[in-house]
Amino acid sequence: MSTQEKEPMFSAKNVKLFTAPLGRDNPITIQVLGICSALAVTVKLKPALVMALSVTVVIAVSNVVIAAMRKHIPDRIRIIVQLVVIATMVILVDQFLKAFVFDVSKQLSVFVGLIITNCIIMGRLEGFAMANKPWPSFIDGLGNGAGYGIILIIVSFFREFLGSGTIYGYPVLEKLGIYNIGYENNGMMILPPMALIVVGMIIWVQRSRNKSLIEHK
Amino acid sequence: MENLLNIFIKSIFVDNMVFAFFLGMCSYLAVSKTVKTSVGLGIAVIFVLFITVPVNFMIEKYLLKKGALAWISGGLADVDLSFLTFMVFIAIIAAMTQLVEMVVEKFSPSLYNSLGIFLPLIAVNCAILGASLFMQEREYANVVEATVFGLGSGVGWFLAIAGIAAIREKMRYSNVPDPLKGLGITFILTGLMAIAFMGFMGINL
Repeated sequence: MSTQEKEPMFSAKNVKLFTAPLGRDNPITIQVLGICSALAVTVKLKPALVMALSVTVVIAVSNVVIAAMRKHIPDRIRIIVQLVVIATMVILVDQFLKAFVFDVSKQLSVFVGLIITNCIIMGRLEGFAMANKPWPSFIDGLGNGAGYGIILIIVSFFREFLGSGTIYGYPVLEKLGIYNIGYENNGMMILPPMALIVVGMIIWVQRSRNKSLIEHK
Repeated sequence: MENLLNIFIKSIFVDNMVFAFFLGMCSYLAVSKTVKTSVGLGIAVIFVLFITVPVNFMIEKYLLKKGALAWISGGLADVDLSFLTFMVFIAIIAAMTQLVEMVVEKFSPSLYNSLGIFLPLIAVNCAILGASLFMQEREYANVVEATVFGLGSGVGWFLAIAGIAAIREKMRYSNVPDPLKGLGITFILTGLMAIAFMGFMGINL
């Protein structure tokens, strides 16, 4: 693909495609897309990591597929074409997870299937892949997947650390002996509402650091 | 009857789509700025869930499950098409929303005008696909139970979006820290509402 491109593979523009979604154009905290799955899978780090990887794979590959077909898709049925491409990828990912990490796949339950309706993916296909070449689309997909993943990892880190006292299943607090001096896990962090509040806090921190993102109404 | 009532109440309050599973959050956050549009979208969601969940239940039971094709001929008894679930469900949902849109446009232009823009968007609302997937995972016994579950989930979603929209309208008069304005405070409010809804946990009729 890249040999036909006039610009180099890792030109400044392409690098920016990857880095922008990590920070000031983050799919979750700025564009407000793909919230559903982001909150539900963040009780522990491991499922969150698996989910982030799955979404990144689906978004990057379907971006490339749609970008390669973009000139042949009739405008009126593009949504259904996009859905079919995404659904195919999700079926592949789902079967892969069931075969190799069955326990995580059970924990994620319906949320693997819900990647199909994850608005980040539809949003990127509609907004980027339909108008760009496959290689930039691939980078854009990776960047948005990573931006989504970062938020998932931050949220699940706090929820697992404060809620269960472990990091990636390793009992850090127990090894440090903090329980002996009377520390208790905060059971609240495991409950669904705290995911919303933690994301709210992340938005607060990000917007206080970068004043230009503040919504004025 | 008691069982059905139990499923209904549970799907509204205990397993609320928004507060317990965060489904349909994208449109929930984007549309909840005014009560009027929120109510419109909420009604459309109830409507579509009420139709798609039972349809998907029938499809799953008679076409996709392992051994489901046995009613056609004995030779198909051990065919397992369950890997096609996602693809078929999303196609059914897209088709049903289209159908609902056309029916509403024909028979009730006034309802169509108030729901108009939201109906097509519902096809990619994760609450709809989510309800079908939960219906599959929880293995409801018959189509009546599935219908009641679909209706209850829709009503739960409606309650959530109508509630947050009302709160957001009132929030205009309060002094929120600048960086929290808009999105941030909505997240925290939803979190607080979800904590309130957790009070319903364990209800069993």
